[in-house]
Amino acid sequence: MPEPVLDVRNLCRSFGTVRAVDDVSFTLPAGGSLGIVGESGSGKTTTARIVVGLDRADAGEVLVGGRAGTGRARGRTERLARAREVQMVFQDPYLSLDPRTSVEAVLRETLRLHVPGTDHARRIRELLDQVGLGGRAAEALPRQLSGGQRQRVAIARALAVQPAVLVLDEAVAALDVSVQAQVLNLLADIRERTGVGYLFITHDLGVVRCVTDEVVVMRHGRIVESGPTAQVLDDPQHAYTRLLLESVPRPGWDPDRIAAARRALEERPAGRPAP
Amino acid sequence: MKTADRTEEPANALDVRGLRLRLPGTARPVLDGVDLTVAPRETVALVGESGSGKTLTSRTALGLLPPGATAEGRVLVDGEDVLTMGPDRLRALRTGRAAMVFQDPRAAVNPLRRIGDFLTEGVRLGGRTDAAEADRRAVELLDAVGLGPELLRRYPGQLSGGMLQRVMIAAALMGDPALLLADEPTTALDVTSQAEVIALLDRLRERFGTGLLFVTHDLGLAAAISDRVHVMYAGRIVESGPAEELFRRPRHPYTAALLAATPRLDAPPGRLAAIDGQPPDLRLELTGCAFAARCRYATELCREQAPAAHPVACHHPLEGSRADA
Repeated sequence: MPEPVLDVRNLCRSFGTVRAVDDVSFTLPAGGSLGIVGESGSGKTTTARIVVGLDRADAGEVLVGGRAGTGRARGRTERLARAREVQMVFQDPYLSLDPRTSVEAVLRETLRLHVPGTDHARRIRELLDQVGLGGRAAEALPRQLSGGQRQRVAIARALAVQPAVLVLDEAVAALDVSVQAQVLNLLADIRERTGVGYLFITHDLGVVRCVTDEVVVMRHGRIVESGPTAQVLDDPQHAYTRLLLESVPRPGWDPDRIAAARRALEERPAGRPAP
Repeated sequence: MKTADRTEEPANALDVRGLRLRLPGTARPVLDGVDLTVAPRETVALVGESGSGKTLTSRTALGLLPPGATAEGRVLVDGEDVLTMGPDRLRALRTGRAAMVFQDPRAAVNPLRRIGDFLTEGVRLGGRTDAAEADRRAVELLDAVGLGPELLRRYPGQLSGGMLQRVMIAAALMGDPALLLADEPTTALDVTSQAEVIALLDRLRERFGTGLLFVTHDLGLAAAISDRVHVMYAGRIVESGPAEELFRRPRHPYTAALLAATPRLDAPPGRLAAIDGQPPDLRLELTGCAFAARCRYATELCREQAPAAHPVACHHPLEGSRADA
């Protein structure tokens, strides 16, 4: 078992009386790929934000490469150090890229921030090449690119500092199926080549099946089930995991039964102690 | 009400014939000869990726054309041609015979107005119903979508996404439409709420005899809910057929490629069969099949001559079962 690159221990986070994240623990081995699945309000995004350092935990800790990094980073040095270890790719690349900054300038800015005083032209070409963008895209502004190309830019920017972990928050959810497949394949190639680890936040079980080794299922802030992806998806133990699996539309799908199963589960919130 | 276009048989909820839509600044039509019908009580899915023209097609049924667009062909809603209607009749159409449920319910309501106002304003402004009657109808429809009458006094911000989408469906049914257009109505919802909204649409379609045109990018969802599926690519319908049939044995290479590119639960992990390249640019003229540049079966013929639309818009349709390799 390789040393985990990411070790999340007993994270808790409340907003008012809502326990958004409630005693969440998991580990990501170096070069591994872990999926966090859940619906809105399950706490998956809050967990991701704590891991990246965009939010703080009330309790628990996040170890990256064995070093603690709990809570929001204080000060510029600490923030940059964290950024070199964990990077994030968001759902909508149009919102996470500056509309007035060209692709090349985005990458140069990131590189200059972390490695000042050197010429980055070669590294920029290398990064664009790595995400399958030709030299012509370097000059382009975000609005001149397609959704898939924009997401490739966001991935290139995240990879620029060679992080140990990439957190992908619904990073392929907004893409068309044919483009989504291109980006998922690209992510698989990058992981193979660079050994970066993925934390994949998604609601799409097909995507989880495709790109993760292990999966964590969250509901109401708690982990209800976790394990190797194939095992969890083929032989789910928790009623909620089964409900999620049955909810995936396919021929012969019975929405009435799913709706009934959902109501039944809502009425007996098993394993949920009162706050 | 009677027009020359009415046939002797009961009219289809939607009957689109040879719809061709041109936009300024493009080299070819954005919709290029679209034919489709939706019978009363029938669910028809229109599947495609962004830019395929699926949303444009459905919006045309409400007479909602993009600025500067010119349309040819016929778009009959409940027997009447939408393309020849003036502003008054279009307004009547949109509050009556045809209605749409959009993807994002939050973007479709005024957050400062109560649910009750939102539900009843269409029929009240149409002048066909008084306020009391409109309220009665609103309560009845809220009940049909599983919500209580107390919601009339609430504001959109007090409702969850799933509840609000059910309100949207109730609102769409207020005018007793013959045709309901649903454009990605569950994309913004969680998977388990999606099932609930679909189950509801299905029950209401049966109960009120509405024809449902379901626009989606999700082939799995289309196959799960519809009687027939049309697959669109670059402004044309490339393949049509019964949902299960099309899902099991796609005949157009694009349909097959789309299925193969979808991450599926019953597929082994690992690389997906991605479709290389991008859909053709609207600013370029097209000779031949629009998919030829991305198609592994394309020949000289495909690049030179556009295939006929029926039944599969392909010179070399696939035979037998789909190769899952």
